[in-house]
Amino acid sequence: MMAPAAPSVRRRRRPNFAVYVYPVVTVAVLFVVWELLARAGYFPRYILPAPTGIAARFVQFKGLIARELLVTMEETLVGFALSVVFGIPLAMALCASRTFNCAVYPLLIGSQVVPKVALAPLFLLWFGFGLTSKALIVFLVAFFPIVVDTIVGLSSTEPGKLYVARAAGATPLQLFWRVRLPNALPAIFGGMKVAITLAVVGAIVGDFIAAENGIGRLLLSANGNMDTELLFAAILALIAAGIVLFLLMEAVEKLALPWHISQRRDGSGAAP
Amino acid sequence: MSKEYDTGDGVIRALDGVSLDLDDGEFLSIVGPSGCGKSTLMLIAAGLVPATSGTVTIGVTPVSRPVTNAGIAFQDATLYEWRRVLENVLLPVEIQRRDLKPFRRRARELLAMVGMADFERKYPFQLSGGMRQRVALCRALIHDPPLLLMDEPFGALDALSREQLNLELQDLWQQNRKTVLLITHSIQEAVFLSDRVAVMSPRPGRIAEIVAIDLPRPRTFDLIEAPEFGRYSRRIREVFASWGVFARGPERQAPARAR
Ligand SMILES: Nc1ncnc2c1ncn2[C@@H]1O[C@H](COP(=O)(O)OP(=O)(O)OP(=O)(O)O)[C@@H](O)[C@H]1O
Ligand SMILES: [Mg+2]
Repeated sequence: MMAPAAPSVRRRRRPNFAVYVYPVVTVAVLFVVWELLARAGYFPRYILPAPTGIAARFVQFKGLIARELLVTMEETLVGFALSVVFGIPLAMALCASRTFNCAVYPLLIGSQVVPKVALAPLFLLWFGFGLTSKALIVFLVAFFPIVVDTIVGLSSTEPGKLYVARAAGATPLQLFWRVRLPNALPAIFGGMKVAITLAVVGAIVGDFIAAENGIGRLLLSANGNMDTELLFAAILALIAAGIVLFLLMEAVEKLALPWHISQRRDGSGAAP
Repeated sequence: MSKEYDTGDGVIRALDGVSLDLDDGEFLSIVGPSGCGKSTLMLIAAGLVPATSGTVTIGVTPVSRPVTNAGIAFQDATLYEWRRVLENVLLPVEIQRRDLKPFRRRARELLAMVGMADFERKYPFQLSGGMRQRVALCRALIHDPPLLLMDEPFGALDALSREQLNLELQDLWQQNRKTVLLITHSIQEAVFLSDRVAVMSPRPGRIAEIVAIDLPRPRTFDLIEAPEFGRYSRRIREVFASWGVFARGPERQAPARAR
């Protein structure tokens, strides 16, 4: 981002400080309360294990957790990449052609109203228990918000912006690349941020149903062994990974859209 | 020429039998009450919106697609948020796939002319409304078009910058004899700049009267005090008054409905 003016550079420090401190304090307080509650002796360990116990189990099994998490992240990222690579062009085609829109739209809605969990066994049957079927499950969950938001972005171009380009003699292709698409980028990124969180959910569903590997399978087996500490350790690792993915997505957005309102530093935009 | 907008819940008749000739090298202003169809008229003249009936011709050729040798300043600045100021100004040249280099210099000159020299690397969200309008004006002028269509180009400016840009516009027009169609809410601006002022009636808009302004050029702002200047302004106000534009309360609706 370019520095707007000298005074705002100085002002930038305080909010940034708050951005790191507040969440850390919240999480720390949460863990302390949790620890006290767990040690008070009201709950057995397999119902509510203490954070310290979870941490110990995490250290003990960190190799296993990391390995399974890596599998799940791979499924997530491959599925998410598929969603972007197919979702955005699909949305463009839906916007460009009425016929295509009419033909494909019911199919699209159908693919979303059916519970994805119901389709998962079918995918395993067709594509086996490996990465392919799980990435496809992720794709099925994650591509829809990308398609919907891209359509919203592409079809909400102000007429005035199109007039400017048309008055300069723009071809339909130029109108698309120079006006509609850049205009749609904030919405597309909005869709991708929703999609990346849904992608993690999709990957876990895949792990559950295939029950071969991945963090989802680890959750199942820890649960089966009543090893609630390992269960929590795996869940927390998953949460951390999910947050990292989301923050990465936001970082990419920031780099790609330095001009967007959400990037303003004066508090009038949405970003902290 | 007429224009009807079909809005889904009824047809809005925006323009009703408008007929207007613009001579080569002429400076013509349009004044009219809000909503009378001025912007619509400009969009039709630019070939961006089709007329419901009637035609627009440039020379002898009828306009059937966007007019590309005109510089157009739209009522709302319509800058692209994802482009910096300089890139916004260069947009028309870029779309026409011309060599950008000479135009980059020209863009900087234009920005300097409107007092925006220090802002070429800013994004539109970092500008005020008036600054955005000035950038949009530069964008309209970048390819040195022989025809200028301007819709309230100074609407968001303070009175002082507005007068300064009025003078710049007069110079520009006198130097290169462009044909100018200026839409404005300001009677003073219209009289000051124009060869002729077209006064429009309330919606559905028609040309109620065309007032020829016969004042010597170059005009300076001292002229505003002159009795002739006042006479032209008064004439335009009288036309509005005869259409009930200045009436208040229930009277306001009555004359418009009677027509
Ligand atoms: N795209 C549109 N769809 C439907 N109606 C429209 C559209 N654009 C304009 N109108 C209607 O046409 C009429 C004239 O609009 P126009 O924008 O030309 O007015 P104007 O004279 O430029 O007003 P102002 O001085 O406030 O800018 C208005 O009543 C408006 O409601
Ligand atoms: Mg208007």
